[in-house]
Amino acid sequence: MTRARPIILGAVGVLLIGALWELYKAIAPATGVVIGGVTVLPRSSDLAMPHIATMFLRLGQPVLGDPGSPPLWLAVLQAAGFTLGIAAVSWVIGVVVGMLLAILMQRFRTAESALAPWVILSQTVPIIALAPLVSGFGSQIPGWQDWMSVAVIASYLAFFPVSIGALRGLSSPEVAHVELLHSYAVGWWKTLVRLRLPASVPYLVPALRLAAASAVIGTVVAEVSIGLEGGVGRMMIEFASASSGDPAKPFGPIFGAIAIGLVSAGIVALLGLFLRRYRRSEATS
Amino acid sequence: MTDAVTVSAVGKTFAVANRGTVVALEDINLVVAPGEFVSLIGPSGCGKSTLLRLIADLDQPSTGTLSVFGKTARQARTDQDYGIAFQQAGLLAWRTVAENVELPLQLHRVAKPTRRARVAELLELVGLTDFADRYPDQLSGGMQQRVAIARSLAESPGLLLMDEPFGALDEMTRERMQNELVRIRHETGAAVVFVTHSIPEAVFLSDRVVVMSPRPGRIVDVVSVELGGERGDEVREASAFFARVSAVREALHGAPAKGVRGVENR
Repeated sequence: MTRARPIILGAVGVLLIGALWELYKAIAPATGVVIGGVTVLPRSSDLAMPHIATMFLRLGQPVLGDPGSPPLWLAVLQAAGFTLGIAAVSWVIGVVVGMLLAILMQRFRTAESALAPWVILSQTVPIIALAPLVSGFGSQIPGWQDWMSVAVIASYLAFFPVSIGALRGLSSPEVAHVELLHSYAVGWWKTLVRLRLPASVPYLVPALRLAAASAVIGTVVAEVSIGLEGGVGRMMIEFASASSGDPAKPFGPIFGAIAIGLVSAGIVALLGLFLRRYRRSEATS
Repeated sequence: MTDAVTVSAVGKTFAVANRGTVVALEDINLVVAPGEFVSLIGPSGCGKSTLLRLIADLDQPSTGTLSVFGKTARQARTDQDYGIAFQQAGLLAWRTVAENVELPLQLHRVAKPTRRARVAELLELVGLTDFADRYPDQLSGGMQQRVAIARSLAESPGLLLMDEPFGALDEMTRERMQNELVRIRHETGAAVVFVTHSIPEAVFLSDRVVVMSPRPGRIVDVVSVELGGERGDEVREASAFFARVSAVREALHGAPAKGVRGVENR
């Protein structure tokens, strides 16, 4: 029963959001609430807020009117798979870069002083500004493809929580443990492998989860900025322009993005399960 | 045979932020024979832990020289001539009891079958064979400390350095651990330098008790215990035991001093 509880609560939460949507749609005026020329509450017309049932029904219908067009859900699924693949690559790049930065900062005090401000500052640069730079550089490399640019741009978001979390984790062993390894006359590398890395896992797992979320968001946004076709990012833009005649259609790729988020969170949770021996301090404290 | 530890004219000063320097140890002379059990006792700040850390090469002396089995402290650490146990057991939470004991062997690339056999032997020695696959958080404080002691013995060191290893245990567990340490020490034949602030503990365990005083940390007296080899609980009731406890207590509280202060007179 204790295991089922979070699942039930999660489902109730989703249903509640759906119920609120429908409730608002039912009681708010179709033109929204406008006070002094400013829209305070959004319009609730079918065009602005399609019924949830309409959204799901739309998933079963073909993408376009012409015969042979695949159903929307299939198109969304393919696009979501495409985006998930790029997000996974960007997550891996982000984790590797983040870990290396954290190890460097842990190893050399000066590196921490020199790098830490830049790591934090890096996140204030919007990735939309970064996108043309990356794809510009990439195009000069033979064999470079646009999806690689998207992965690199998204990894720019993903590395950040990893570097911060891993640095905290690598610095977390008590002095007594570090001295114990020192008394064994082992060097920095063995201390890293046997003590610092295992001790960093409780800090790393939440960081990996944040990195996964960042990788997904980064990939969707970068797809839009680069104009890469095939993923849910581009699909959202395309369908949004068609929304005046088909308001439920843009919700397809939104559901796709949500599905990617759930799947990636699930994969990281699975990873955390494999690492659970290193997370005993979490369970007991 | 070379002495286990030789400390001659060792001093240690620490730089303290904004307050100049603090003299932690001054003119320390001490010799620990092979197989000898020596306790360092004294009030907080007398430098007993600092002295142990110098022997372990976790800190370096400011003045004087220090050797372990005729080598420099650094060389002795590199050669793994000592095992060490702290007040906190310091077990790695993600390793089972057996894996924790195995850690030094694994770090020093001892072959797996040898490792397995040695770990089994050590767990037998500290009576934790049935707990080999448990994790530290599933053990009581006393059991964790026994794992730490088994770990410190893993490479059969000729010298054991122990910094208040029973300090965090309750009195009953503490006495049982002391009995076990007496036994383990006789089975291994290792010399022991044992830091404590419990007078009965020092007397019960030691061949000699080194009494220290603070500010600056000095040796004020060395009390020979001479209660015989393998001691059991009956020693705790013996009048000779009480006499030694009184002797250490008087030395600690600055009763009439015998001999020259700051020098070991063995």
